[in-house]
Amino acid sequence: MRHFVDRRLNPKDKNLGNRQRFMRRAREQIKKVVSDSIKNRSITNVDEGEMISIPTKGIAEPRFNHSPTGGYRERVFSGNKEFTTGDKIQKPAQGAGEGGKKASDDGEGEDAFTFALTRDEFLDIYFEDLELPDLVQKDLKEIQSFQYHRAGFSRTGTPNQISIRRTIRNSFGRRLALGRPKAAEVEEVEAEVDDIETTGPKSEADLYRLSTLKTKLMELEESRRNVPYLDPIDIRYKRLDKFPRPNTKAVMFCLMDVSGSMGEREKDLAKRFFILLHLFLKRRYEQTDIVFIRHTHEASEVDEETFFYSRESGGTVVSTALNEMIKVLQDRYPVSSWNIYAAQASDGDNFPDDGDRCIALLQEKIMPLCQYFAYVEIVDERELDMFQTATSGAELWQAYNTVRENCQNFEMKHIARPSDIYPVFRELFAKQPTEA
Amino acid sequence: MTVQAETKPLFDGPEWTFDILARTYDAIEDVALNDLGLDTYPNQVEIISAEQMLDAHSSVGMPLMYHHWSFGKHFVQEEQMYRKGYSGLAYEIVINSNPCISYNMEQNTMPIQALVIAHAAFGHNHFFKNNYLFRQWTDADSVLDYLEYSKKFVAQCEEEHGNAAVEEILDAAHALMDHGVSRYPRPHEPTTKEKKDRADEMRAYEESTFNDLWRTVPTSDDDGGKTDAPDEAAKRLRAMNLPEENILYFIEKHSPVLNGWQRELISIVRYIAQYFYPQRQTKIMNEGCATFVHHYIVNALYDKGLLTEGAMLEILHSHSSVVYQPEFDAPGYRGLNPYALGFGIVKDIERICTDPKPEDEEWFPDIAGCGDWRTVLKDAWANYRDESFIQQFLSPHMIRQLRLFSLGDDASDRHYTVTSIHDEGGYRTIREKLARSYDIGVIEPDIQIIDADLQGDRELRLQHTVRDRVPLSEKTRDEVLKHLKLLWGYDVSLVGIDREDEKKIYETRVS
Repeated sequence: MRHFVDRRLNPKDKNLGNRQRFMRRAREQIKKVVSDSIKNRSITNVDEGEMISIPTKGIAEPRFNHSPTGGYRERVFSGNKEFTTGDKIQKPAQGAGEGGKKASDDGEGEDAFTFALTRDEFLDIYFEDLELPDLVQKDLKEIQSFQYHRAGFSRTGTPNQISIRRTIRNSFGRRLALGRPKAAEVEEVEAEVDDIETTGPKSEADLYRLSTLKTKLMELEESRRNVPYLDPIDIRYKRLDKFPRPNTKAVMFCLMDVSGSMGEREKDLAKRFFILLHLFLKRRYEQTDIVFIRHTHEASEVDEETFFYSRESGGTVVSTALNEMIKVLQDRYPVSSWNIYAAQASDGDNFPDDGDRCIALLQEKIMPLCQYFAYVEIVDERELDMFQTATSGAELWQAYNTVRENCQNFEMKHIARPSDIYPVFRELFAKQPTEA
Repeated sequence: MTVQAETKPLFDGPEWTFDILARTYDAIEDVALNDLGLDTYPNQVEIISAEQMLDAHSSVGMPLMYHHWSFGKHFVQEEQMYRKGYSGLAYEIVINSNPCISYNMEQNTMPIQALVIAHAAFGHNHFFKNNYLFRQWTDADSVLDYLEYSKKFVAQCEEEHGNAAVEEILDAAHALMDHGVSRYPRPHEPTTKEKKDRADEMRAYEESTFNDLWRTVPTSDDDGGKTDAPDEAAKRLRAMNLPEENILYFIEKHSPVLNGWQRELISIVRYIAQYFYPQRQTKIMNEGCATFVHHYIVNALYDKGLLTEGAMLEILHSHSSVVYQPEFDAPGYRGLNPYALGFGIVKDIERICTDPKPEDEEWFPDIAGCGDWRTVLKDAWANYRDESFIQQFLSPHMIRQLRLFSLGDDASDRHYTVTSIHDEGGYRTIREKLARSYDIGVIEPDIQIIDADLQGDRELRLQHTVRDRVPLSEKTRDEVLKHLKLLWGYDVSLVGIDREDEKKIYETRVS
């Protein structure tokens, strides 16, 4: 009667489908909470899951319920101590005691709904609707990667691709059509022949029977030989078609000013911006190259680790970074096959006279090659108000403003506090209408 | 079998293996069938992990369930509570099916596994198989097949019509789930053959009693015109079997706007509502039965020397925390604990049968001192539901033990009034009040469909019979009506009528 089953190895996440449906349902509310939550995150844990709390609106499950108040009701309790029949007990003041928690609308006694998002869910929502602008397919000649898709069956192929089902089906149809005798049929005749031979033919009729049987047996075997069980024409192979995978190669240049004028606060903000950018690219564009360039009065290409975590100090010459970028571009990223993007962060200070050089470099060399160039300037919170208009700002801002006027694919923004980063980031990389 | 085997404990220590489980199961089964004389479905005990338990728990405890966002919501909610340690997980889930499936968690220690097997695989199992409500309303043989079918059907609809369209219908149907139950068995729909047989019978009768003279008797067709309008309405109500309390059933059959697949979705939700209907009415009895059974069995095993003292201690610790009843002013008070009440009453019946006091002789003349508590209990488990069970078996002894008292709460009054306590004058009232508070007809609002003129304005008219002036929670009421409107397609109105004086209290409409 008893029967034990060990289910522990059954697939987990039976509820994944339900969870996804729930997430979709509460998407709008979750999105809002997620974008608020980034403000409170430190630089290292931007890409972790998050505990969030959303209003129950939209995910309530209403039923016809009796209201917790009103009318007459009588209830039974346990643990009477001093009450006797007829005692009157003062009701607690409104909102306290029983009326309080139970009185919410959905009958669940909760106003907000708290739960944990996984890292992936968090990031998905976080980067929803962002993309690299103007990503185009370049250099079709250079296609190197293919994807294989199943596409029906073919008569040729390698043995590992034989479709046994299809092959046997064809073989069966052919055998049926050509009337190949079944093994059982042959065996039957053979058995009868054996039978007569072992007992010895007794009569004329037996002998005649034996000879007809033998002829029949020969015929059967002949036709079994002629119509083989499996013929090469039966064989089918699963056909795989090659599809070229579109090759949208992209490279993102991250340029950061690490000179002495950038204080801890500015560097922290700039790094946060780049971490966000880095995360976004890693998540959305697996094939994207990222080049990190940092500069003081001289610039160099560095690896990720150095870019984010090492310290340096010195003067400020922005054009060195642009030069470095041009050099890397020429060395490794021919425009014909790469989409080129750049993001630059700085406090806006620059060596006098360098501004004009920057303008020249940008307008003549960089912008014609770039799909998009984003510049963020880290400013003091107090300064932010002064820089409300696009034209006012530090030297670099002034200089870049001319570039912006001339080039459509150039954007620039101010960041003054951590909470600006995400909105600015969204603005810079918001999905463009298709005409862009 | 032999004396030696009986004196050796079944297991020692907290670890379990499938061997130990099998051995223990057999020992438990021996007591359950041969001593208690339980009658159960065959058992299938499944071992699952904590996460799987969360999964199962949030999909209304069923092993198979169609997908819906609300189950995902319950999952994240329960996961949260569990991770933070606010609530433990259930030790087991048991499903009313044949074979009876019970889920045991892998984290349970061996003593707890023994407890859980006795509790679920025999206690609940016996109750499911024998209680009249379950026999009448649920079909243990087919429930898993049906769930499998419904899961596939919902998935197929999602594929064909899109998630949003399916969700819309399921949301609306879930909102009306509590009103998707037929409380009384309806006569089954005659099959085509039965209809034909009946028509044949009628014709045969007419032929045998034919008398041409009747044709010459004048008929009074001139007074037909006057009563036409009310007649029409009455005919309509009769044709649609109105009034109807099973709102989902009515929608499924009569909604003018739903497609076939939408009706089938509603039918699925209705099936599930109906399946759980007996469980909602027998919480106390079901738990009382299961708790009594495990308590009896582990004690019997201990007496035979099959459980070590350590195992027994752990079991008793768990048992006593399950049946603990806090007092009304304790911080953790959440109403009467169904385990405590159920187990208490069942234990009390046993006492009345074997060791009655004069008071019990007076209150329970047919069972007091009869000695055969096994038969009395099995009869009670088979033929009662919570409400009637309390009404019948709650003794003054129990009322005193729990020190029950009842409190009247009139919204217009500044005071609560103690209406009765555990004294001579109060026993019957308390019993009556407590029983009523488990009567599903009283706890749930009484809402019925009273009219729907499909030839006219097609407005769906509902009536809420207001009991003791207790209103509906207005916000959820209006939300539910919106869902109902979506299913009906035309205006929906709800009118609240006082049960005593039949005056209209409120009216609301969604159009």
